[in-house]
Amino acid sequence: MSLKIDNLHVSIGEKPIVRGLTLEIQPGEVHAIMGVNGSGKSTLAKAIAGHPDYTITSGTVTMDGEDILGWESDERSRKGLFLAFQYPNEIPGVSNANFIRAAVQARLGEGEELDAVEYYERLYSKMDELGIPREFTARSVNEGFSGGEKKRNEILQMMMVTPKYGVMDETDSGLDIDALKVVAAGVNAQRGPNLGLLLITHYQRLLNYIEPDFVHVMVDGHIVQSGGKELALQLEDKGYDQFREPSPALVS
Amino acid sequence: MIPSAAVSEPPVDSPEPLALGEDAPEPTPPAGKGGLFLPPPVQKDQPTWFQERQWKAWEKFESLPLPHRKDSAWRYTTLGKLDISRYTPAAAVDSSAAEALAARSLGGPEVAGRLVTVNDRVVQRTPLSDELRAKGVVFAPMGDDLSAQRETLLRHFMANESVLGSQKFFALHQAHVRGGTFIYVPKGVHVELPLESFHWIAGEGAAIFPHTLVVAEEGSQVTLIDYLDSADRRQNGFVCGVSDLYVGAGAKVTYLAAQNWGEEVVALKMNTAHVAAGGHLTSLHVNLGARYDRLESHNLLAGAGARSDMLSATVATASQEFDQRTLQDHLAPDTGSDLLYKNSLSDKSKTIFSGLIKVAPGAHRTDAYQKVRNLLLSDDAEADSMPGLEILADDVRCTHGATSGFVDDAELFYLQSRGIPRLLAQQLITQGFLTEVLTRLDDPRATARLADLLAAKFERMKPR
Ligand SMILES: Nc1ncnc2c1ncn2[C@@H]1O[C@H](COP(=O)(O)OP(=O)(O)OP(=O)(O)O)[C@@H](O)[C@H]1O
Ligand SMILES: [Mg+2]
Repeated sequence: MSLKIDNLHVSIGEKPIVRGLTLEIQPGEVHAIMGVNGSGKSTLAKAIAGHPDYTITSGTVTMDGEDILGWESDERSRKGLFLAFQYPNEIPGVSNANFIRAAVQARLGEGEELDAVEYYERLYSKMDELGIPREFTARSVNEGFSGGEKKRNEILQMMMVTPKYGVMDETDSGLDIDALKVVAAGVNAQRGPNLGLLLITHYQRLLNYIEPDFVHVMVDGHIVQSGGKELALQLEDKGYDQFREPSPALVS
Repeated sequence: MIPSAAVSEPPVDSPEPLALGEDAPEPTPPAGKGGLFLPPPVQKDQPTWFQERQWKAWEKFESLPLPHRKDSAWRYTTLGKLDISRYTPAAAVDSSAAEALAARSLGGPEVAGRLVTVNDRVVQRTPLSDELRAKGVVFAPMGDDLSAQRETLLRHFMANESVLGSQKFFALHQAHVRGGTFIYVPKGVHVELPLESFHWIAGEGAAIFPHTLVVAEEGSQVTLIDYLDSADRRQNGFVCGVSDLYVGAGAKVTYLAAQNWGEEVVALKMNTAHVAAGGHLTSLHVNLGARYDRLESHNLLAGAGARSDMLSATVATASQEFDQRTLQDHLAPDTGSDLLYKNSLSDKSKTIFSGLIKVAPGAHRTDAYQKVRNLLLSDDAEADSMPGLEILADDVRCTHGATSGFVDDAELFYLQSRGIPRLLAQQLITQGFLTEVLTRLDDPRATARLADLLAAKFERMKPR
């Protein structure tokens, strides 16, 4: 049982972005990936989630032993994978409640109908946990939401669909310190033996609230160093230069 | 019934009463053409002046040419869909059919009044409260005795000519019209709850001629919701409707039309709205049904500060064709009009939009906007847009634009990444795209009601 990424190569168009990345997340574990801008973190996240623009040129991704790369993104999601977007999309005219409802409904079997009363009870209790006001159910998905509100909404969706593996792409950026605490509490409440998490972040601060078991440093499309949470502190202190691959001229 | 008090003295706006009766000439239908090319039945129960007008209208119908491929007002229209020789004026339905349709006439939970009309005959009504009647509000089928409303009717009934191409069908309507919904709201009276009017068409090959006349006097407020539906969605039928809205000075009128004719119906509707100084009209057409549906909307901003919001949401599927022609006619200074038409097109469907903003000399400081957005869900669908401007005044703000595009891939991925299957995701995005128009209403109840109708059409189309 794990989400296993093995020697993954991902290109956008002709351009290789993720270049031989290997990572395994067991249920119950929290992994953090830190990396410079443009190192390919979001590309990795979207490729795992099945974005059609991202070409997997080699390598495998399996979830609990099953190869997921042949599945459409909706199937990956229903089988237990969740991606909290770095830049969540706005869907004009579709209410947040209907959107989340469609996501929950999609997980039910043929002919099974969602109990609307139970659904709203659960939705409201999760919204309360995340400090999201009720009027956000009627508003169009993410439309006109502030950066922080969008991020909370991502976590709300994650809570509602209860995935096995969650990838959170910079969920902390754009959150003020109070919101960060609320979101972290929400995530921590979900932590447990049935959820594996991959946090993508630039800031050590998030990791004070959601303590990772492993920290990985990503440079130029692959992981250059892995360690415990102390690695994040070391990064905070010394920056990424220590991990950058020296240019060939310097090596010789 | 139209006021009979007018029998002895011909109405002022009908100067040359025609000789009717025994020696009236029988018109001859074009050779080999039957159906609606045959003269309409004489409505003996109507007052003479009304019969005369019908007769005159029939002569006009006969004298006018059918729409032609080369008419710019019919550009892109599939004229072959408009063969009116296939239909005959609808007959009354029996009482059990009428009851069944009345039972299917589901509107909102709270209304100020409701009329259910089948084949142009009223079959059920929820009358106005005594309080509203005491204030002088009228909500009645035109088959009622409306002699008390004579002046109003003579002034407004069929008073606006059709200017958007359907002159012949306008004449056909007047030659056949036998009923309709008449609303009169006196000065300063607010009708808080909506009025609802259901129009059903029943019978294979039936033709109906629904009519709506709303007169809202100075400072009054009223909302009318028209529901247009077929008894049997498989039946061929023809609808030739006219609606006239008069928005008095400072009055506020909301007109919603939920068009859900069966998929074998050919429908034409000619709308005219006249907005006086400081009046505000909001009209919204939700277009779901019919094989061919033409909507003409001529909005006159006739008094200073008049305003009109013109909204439309269309779901075109299969081989449906929606043909929409509009004129934002600014005649006075400081007037505003804002048109937003959105269409979603699936399969081999087609939409046509031709809209003109006209600002008359002297209509200074006009704000006029026109936006048409087509969401294409199929490579075989066709959206034709012809926006136009004609500005003869100064200091005018005008924008117009028509755009067509496909569902945004990033939005689709976002929904799919939540487990929502692709087709359903596409449907949700499309519904959202159209629902945006409904939210412009600023009336959550009406928005919800119309959103349900949209959803019902999407439910019908759902891939199984
Ligand atoms: N659609 C695209 N077309 C072309 N290049 C792209 C596209 N999307 C991403 N890239 C490029 O791929 C590289 C990696 O982008 P990615 O978004 O994965 O970086 P990131 O590590 O998430 O960065 P950040 O920390 O800024 O979020 C960048 O150089 C980016 O410009
Ligand atoms: Mg990123």
